[in-house]
Amino acid sequence: MSLELFSQYIFAGITYGIIYAIVAIGFNIIYNTTGIINFAQGEFVMLGGMSAITLNYYLPLPLAIIGAVLFTMLIGALIEIVFIRWLKNPSVLRLIIITIGLSIIIREIALHVWGDTVRALPYFTGNVVSSVTILGAPISPQVLWVLAVCSCIVILLSLFFKFTPLGKEMQACASNRLAATLCGINAKNMVTFSFMLSAAIGAVAGCVVSPITSSEYDMGTGLAIKGFTVAVLGGLGNSLAAVAAGLLLGIIEAFSIAIGFPLAFQDAISISILLVILFVRPHGLFGNKEAASLKEF
Amino acid sequence: MLKIRNLESGYSKLRVLKKISMHVDTGEIVTLIGANGAGKTTLLYTIAGMIRSTGGDIVLFDQNLKPCSPQHIVKMGCSLVPEGRQVFSTMGVEDNLILGGYVRYKRDREYSQTAELKAIYDIFPVLRDRKDQLAGTLSGGEQQMLAMGRSLMAGPKLIMMDEPSTGLAPLIVKEIFKIILGLREAGNTVLLVEQNAKAALAIADRGYVLETGKIILQGPADDLLNNSDVQRAYLGRDVDSDTATCDIV
Repeated sequence: MSLELFSQYIFAGITYGIIYAIVAIGFNIIYNTTGIINFAQGEFVMLGGMSAITLNYYLPLPLAIIGAVLFTMLIGALIEIVFIRWLKNPSVLRLIIITIGLSIIIREIALHVWGDTVRALPYFTGNVVSSVTILGAPISPQVLWVLAVCSCIVILLSLFFKFTPLGKEMQACASNRLAATLCGINAKNMVTFSFMLSAAIGAVAGCVVSPITSSEYDMGTGLAIKGFTVAVLGGLGNSLAAVAAGLLLGIIEAFSIAIGFPLAFQDAISISILLVILFVRPHGLFGNKEAASLKEF
Repeated sequence: MLKIRNLESGYSKLRVLKKISMHVDTGEIVTLIGANGAGKTTLLYTIAGMIRSTGGDIVLFDQNLKPCSPQHIVKMGCSLVPEGRQVFSTMGVEDNLILGGYVRYKRDREYSQTAELKAIYDIFPVLRDRKDQLAGTLSGGEQQMLAMGRSLMAGPKLIMMDEPSTGLAPLIVKEIFKIILGLREAGNTVLLVEQNAKAALAIADRGYVLETGKIILQGPADDLLNNSDVQRAYLGRDVDSDTATCDIV
């Protein structure tokens, strides 16, 4: 394999990997405050991409993206307020099934609104054919956009959870909701906020990848599965580990094509990895076994 | 400081508290004793705003508490240390404490996190040694101390404790009660709910005995300790036939 080909596969792997990581981080944020997996996370990515495309008919690209992110945040907040907030002591399983149902509903509504045509946002800089040469490989500038935006999200988020009062309060709600309430934290608002935050992150991801992967109404499901695999692979709740796991999965997928696996096997690969992880290391590659044993799910 | 009049409360249709009246004055340790299911925890949860009362008044610091959220009550300066050491087990010890202080940190510009932390570590030196550990890995006694420390970070004027001695070794219980006495000396007011009636009455100024949702006895702690009904029911001493129990043993 030539260096050029090798670095092209690596870049393809990193691009997809970091997108998976962003979806996984969306899972992690809601998991971290509520202890549930929000299976509608992939739909946030889809909504972000699709609504940005629609808004871009009327608005310049940056404004369209901002509008799409705000719109998706609103949907995230609505989901929490309408379907989750008023439940009294819901079980984890019940909440998860609600999110699965919601993901199906959102997808069907999207099908009605946008139809099944495949659309895409324009490239942020340059166009389909423009490229930057890195390590001998021609790379689309959009790939650099994806890398830059996603890295910023990851860094800002980990700073947010480590150092800001709001971030710590969100963690506290996940750890022990009763105690958080008794500490004067409004647990319900924290949950709404976590849905908004992960919707926003999903929407940003949906916008930056749209030029490369295109957007359609059912793109969320596949991304949600990959994102979930990555979240579990890294260790649920750990955002930095999700990045490492995302890159790992992305690169494995890229090179599986390089060594001649059919493209159709990509999903099978990630599901196999998910199964192996669940059997062998349920707390994830980088997860803390001690911390995992203290969680209820 | 805290006045409760004819309070009624419960869980949906189940009425647990039936017209409870009691009061706690500034600087007192007041204990509430009673058997399982008497309604002790329900009473604390109602004061803390976790359960809505269905009748009567709670007056805290001369303010009627009726439509208050738990957050507001903590902000007013009334903290509850829940039963069963509810710490944030997946977070570090120091983060647990810091979280307890956020209600003040956000409102009070002069609130110094480091100074408060130091004060808490002075009361509970063992927490200082373990400040970087995950809270869930602490022993039961240390978790109880952490839960108490976390409540103190909010600088409460009234601190309510729900069975701090549950499941702890006698030596640790002694230490916890010593700390509660220290809290009063530092100017705090304590409402202590206990099943360990003897230990609670020994440090309290006054006591209330709760039975099936009603207060059946109240008075200075010493009087309750010597009351034959209390002794028979809660102190495990059969006053009428001391010799008979000896035979069984």
